[in-house]
Amino acid sequence: MQSTDLPVSEIQPSSGWRTLNVRELWTYRELVYFLTWRDIKVRYKQTAIGIAWALLQPLAMTIVFTLFFSRLAGLETEGIPYPVFALTALLPWQLFSKAITESTNSLVTDQKLITRVYFPRIIVPIAAVLSALVDFLISTGLVLTVMTYYGVHLRAEIIWLPFFILLMLMTASGAGFWLSALNVEYRDVMYTIPFINQFWFFVTPVVYSSAAVPDRWRTLYALNPMVGVIEGFRWSLLGAGRGPDSAIFASTAVAVVLFVTGTIWFRRSERTFVDTIGSGGR
Amino acid sequence: MANVAIHAEGLSKRYRLGARPRYKAARDVLSEVARSPLRALRRGSETSESVLWALNNVSFEIKRGDAVGIIGRNGAGKSTLLKILSRVTEPSSGRARFHGRLGSLLEVGTGFHPELTGRENIFLNAAILGMRRQEILRKFDGIVDFAEIEKFLDTPVKYYSSGMYVRLAFAVAAHLEPDILLVDEVLAVGDAAFQKKCLGKMGEVAREGRTVLFVSHNLGAVSALTRSCLYLDSGHLLCHDKTAIIVQRYLNETASGPVASTNLDQYRRDSRNKSPVRMTRIESPSQISFREDFCITMYVESEQKLDEAIATVVIKNAHGERVAVAFSWDAGVFVSLPPGRSSIRLKVRNMPLAPGRYYCDAGLNQSLMTASYDVVVDYPIFEVANNGEFVHWLDRPWGAVHWQDLGWEITSD
Repeated sequence: MQSTDLPVSEIQPSSGWRTLNVRELWTYRELVYFLTWRDIKVRYKQTAIGIAWALLQPLAMTIVFTLFFSRLAGLETEGIPYPVFALTALLPWQLFSKAITESTNSLVTDQKLITRVYFPRIIVPIAAVLSALVDFLISTGLVLTVMTYYGVHLRAEIIWLPFFILLMLMTASGAGFWLSALNVEYRDVMYTIPFINQFWFFVTPVVYSSAAVPDRWRTLYALNPMVGVIEGFRWSLLGAGRGPDSAIFASTAVAVVLFVTGTIWFRRSERTFVDTIGSGGR
Repeated sequence: MANVAIHAEGLSKRYRLGARPRYKAARDVLSEVARSPLRALRRGSETSESVLWALNNVSFEIKRGDAVGIIGRNGAGKSTLLKILSRVTEPSSGRARFHGRLGSLLEVGTGFHPELTGRENIFLNAAILGMRRQEILRKFDGIVDFAEIEKFLDTPVKYYSSGMYVRLAFAVAAHLEPDILLVDEVLAVGDAAFQKKCLGKMGEVAREGRTVLFVSHNLGAVSALTRSCLYLDSGHLLCHDKTAIIVQRYLNETASGPVASTNLDQYRRDSRNKSPVRMTRIESPSQISFREDFCITMYVESEQKLDEAIATVVIKNAHGERVAVAFSWDAGVFVSLPPGRSSIRLKVRNMPLAPGRYYCDAGLNQSLMTASYDVVVDYPIFEVANNGEFVHWLDRPWGAVHWQDLGWEITSD
């Protein structure tokens, strides 16, 4: 018998606190790909202009912001053309906002999947974040075009951009893990999303420059990891601001904590997802 | 140990039913929380009434290449067991070990998205069921052939008929080639011809030496596909034995047919005023298998000595149509009773009643011409179960009687 080469697996009640099982995630990488692909396909399936929405949204927002905040309110932008200034922040912001909106509901939307087939559940919010990343990558082209139009040249600091993208993804998925897991038990969470979105938008320097925040509040301000992300984007792409200072450590630390605790909370509560999800929470 | 596919030990699953006792008013809860917040928090966790053991200490071993059925009433824990084995949910205690790749099919079309085309859904669904991209590409044509949907491959599945949808879904699942396959009730869907095809495919899977675990309410399908069965009842594993033995035991033990009340006053009576004799009870099995012998016993109480009465039993189907009528007079039997209690038993052998539910009118007549003494009308007796002789067409129309020993002759010019 060749039973020795059959893989052996075991199930038993899990206990204690667990973090991400990276090896298992790796074996399921194709499912991550397919779920992300499905999310994108479905999102643009019945739309007239399809994936162009990924460009249209930030473009429209930039125009509106330019009109109101630059022309009418005359916000200070450190000498950078306002449309470029706004767009470089809108990109990571929209990824974040989309990611938390989509991932919060992701487990409930996919509850049929979760109650019928086993796979690492964390793939579901991950796919939600990754599908937002695809939109992000498409609209990166828009930023580059607008930068060229306004004569803003790429700088050497752009090599730091991947770090800020990573920081952005950690923040978005960390928040996504927390919110999606909580939403299984308390469906109230999804009703708070518009509020969280709006609040977070105002404490993040999207329409305004973080230079407007007094220095003594800086570290506190940078506890919002999206502050670090957006300052980083503006610095590495446009040379805005003084460059990363101690505040970036605060942002990074919070992003890491959000991500790690999010993972642990998710892994802890996923044991009862299937038992609670059908019954509409507690 | 070498040829074991699944080894389960003490698997249990506990569910909590509601966090707090329901009868409390919100006011009481609030005041209690105010008085002793900690105790109020701890409550609700482990009171015995609020805990349901969906599965209780279930242990078994399944050999490689075996096709095993899981039988039990609703709520016996069949689906919970499959959910635990397929890792959808964790056991509360116990463990199980698998030798080989595990595939589960708790539903056909899991993860199908209505907006996506047939082609897209094949890829998505296959990936969800655990297939690699290379594997999907290799099997793609086979899946499309099996589902017979070639023309609609690029149409969103929301425009599919339900038959097409199910065919596509099953086709993907059928091409999953795990070492161990867990299947739940998927055969209960689709049209007759397709059901037959699915059963064929499942049989093929089992013959290829894969291990199959199969849950179904359809005893016919279970009998056709499996050699042994696990019999679950309210979370406990009653036994693990040959399918034929378990199916018979299940039929004997379940009273899923019409449940007759022992109080005959609940039923319509056709009786003469001041009848000297009263029916007191009717006894019959609650479920029989196809062509199984059965008895119907009438218990009567008579005030006086009775001469030459006629016992009558009419068997009716669920539509209230008479299927068979028996008068004791036909057999030359006349009922003479002393005062007091007596019983009259009708033995029926080899009656080809078609699967379904049956009722009877049963009682005593004074003679063929005069009014009856006392007849109980539409008393539920038994259900005839399809015990696996006709598996390939699960919902065929039966008629009232199932013909046997028929001969067909076909001549053409």
